[in-house]
Amino acid sequence: MKLIRLTYTKWYNILRNGLSQENPIAIAVLGICSALAVSNKVENALAMGFGVTFVIMASSLTVSAIRRFIPQRVRMITYMVIISTFVILVQQFLQAYFPSIAAALGAYVGLIITNCIVMGRSEAFAVKNPVKYSLLDGFANGLGYTYVLVVVAVIRELLAFGTLLNIQVLPTSFETWTSMAMAPGGFFILGILIWIIRELTHNYEMQEG
Amino acid sequence: MGNLLEIFTASILNHNIALTYILGMCPLIAISTNIKNARGMGLAVIFVVTLTAIINYPIYLLLQATDATEISLLIFIITIAATVQFLETFLEKFIPSLYNAFGIYLPLITVNCVVLAVSLFFVNRDYNFVETVSFSFGSAVGWFVAIVLLAAIREKIERQSNIPKGLAGKAITFIILGILSLAFIGFTGLASI
Repeated sequence: MKLIRLTYTKWYNILRNGLSQENPIAIAVLGICSALAVSNKVENALAMGFGVTFVIMASSLTVSAIRRFIPQRVRMITYMVIISTFVILVQQFLQAYFPSIAAALGAYVGLIITNCIVMGRSEAFAVKNPVKYSLLDGFANGLGYTYVLVVVAVIRELLAFGTLLNIQVLPTSFETWTSMAMAPGGFFILGILIWIIRELTHNYEMQEG
Repeated sequence: MGNLLEIFTASILNHNIALTYILGMCPLIAISTNIKNARGMGLAVIFVVTLTAIINYPIYLLLQATDATEISLLIFIITIAATVQFLETFLEKFIPSLYNAFGIYLPLITVNCVVLAVSLFFVNRDYNFVETVSFSFGSAVGWFVAIVLLAAIREKIERQSNIPKGLAGKAITFIILGILSLAFIGFTGLASI
C-alpha cells in the first residue's frame, strides 16, 4: 500500500524526472561537453559527477531561497555569480585533496559553470519552487547526470585501457582502442547509448521541420 | 610569426575546440539543424570569443599581480556576461545589419562553454598576449567550421535518408560528430600547440 501511494507524491515525481523521464544527458542532451571530455576514465567521471551534483544542489538551494529577491532582468548574471562561487569551492577542494584528479580534469572543472544543466535547473525549476523541492530536484538531476557519465566511462575505460578504476580487468593481450580514449570514442558511445535508451523507453524525438 | 601561424592552424584543425576538446556542445547540437542559423551562431561565437579573450588577458595579469587568481573564474564569467550584454545593446543601436545577422544568438553565448574555455586555456598554457589573440581567433574559427559542417550534413540527412526512429535527431548527430572528430584527428602532426 505504502509503495503505491509513493508513486503519486511530488517527491517521487521529481526524482523520477531527473533520473529517467527527463534525464539531463540522455533525453534533454544538456551538459554534454564535460560529460564527454572527462568520461574516458571512471575515476574522472565520478569526480566530475559529484562535483556537478554538489554545484547543482547548492546553487538550486541558493537560487530557490532568494528567488523572491532576484530581479527578473538580471537573473542570468545572478545565477552565474552564485554558480561560479560554488564551482570555485569544488575546484579548490579537488586541488587540495585530490591533486591527481584535479590535474586530469584540468580546465573542465571550471567549465561546470557553463554546464547547461546547472543553469537550466536554476531557470526551469529552482526559481519557481520552494527550497526542499529545489534541493531534491538538484540531487535527482545530478544523480541522473552522474550515472550516465559513469556508464559511458566504464565502456570507454574498458576498451581504451583495459582497466576499471585503474585496476586491470581485461587480459593484457587485449589490443586497446586508442580512439576510445579520445573524443570520437565519447561521441560514438553516447550516440549509441541515446539510441538504446530511446528505443527502450519509446521516447522518440519529434520529426523536425 | 611562425609560432603564431602554428597556433592558429592547430586550433582550427587538430586541436579543434569542438571536435577534439568537446566544448560548446549544447549550441552545436541545438542550432545545427540548418546552415543559415549555424552560420549566424558561428559568426557570433567568433566575435565574442576573440573579444572576451582580449579583454580577459589584461584582467588576468591584474589578478596575478594582486595574487587573486583563485577568483579568476568568477571574474572571467562576469566579464563575458557583461561583454555579451554590451555587444547586444551596441550592435542593436549602431550596427543593425550585423545585429540582424547574429544578434539573436548573442544571449545564448554566455552559456557557451567555448567562450569561458578559451579564457581558461590561455591561462593553463601560459600564452602571451599575441599568442592568446591568435589562439582565441583560431579556436573560434574552428568552432565555426565544425558547426557549419555538422549543419550541412544534418540538412542532407534530414532530406535524403531513412534513419531508425530512435537514432533520429540527437543520437545520429553524435555519430556524425564522432566521424567528423576522427577526420580532424587525422590532421595530427600538421601543427602543435
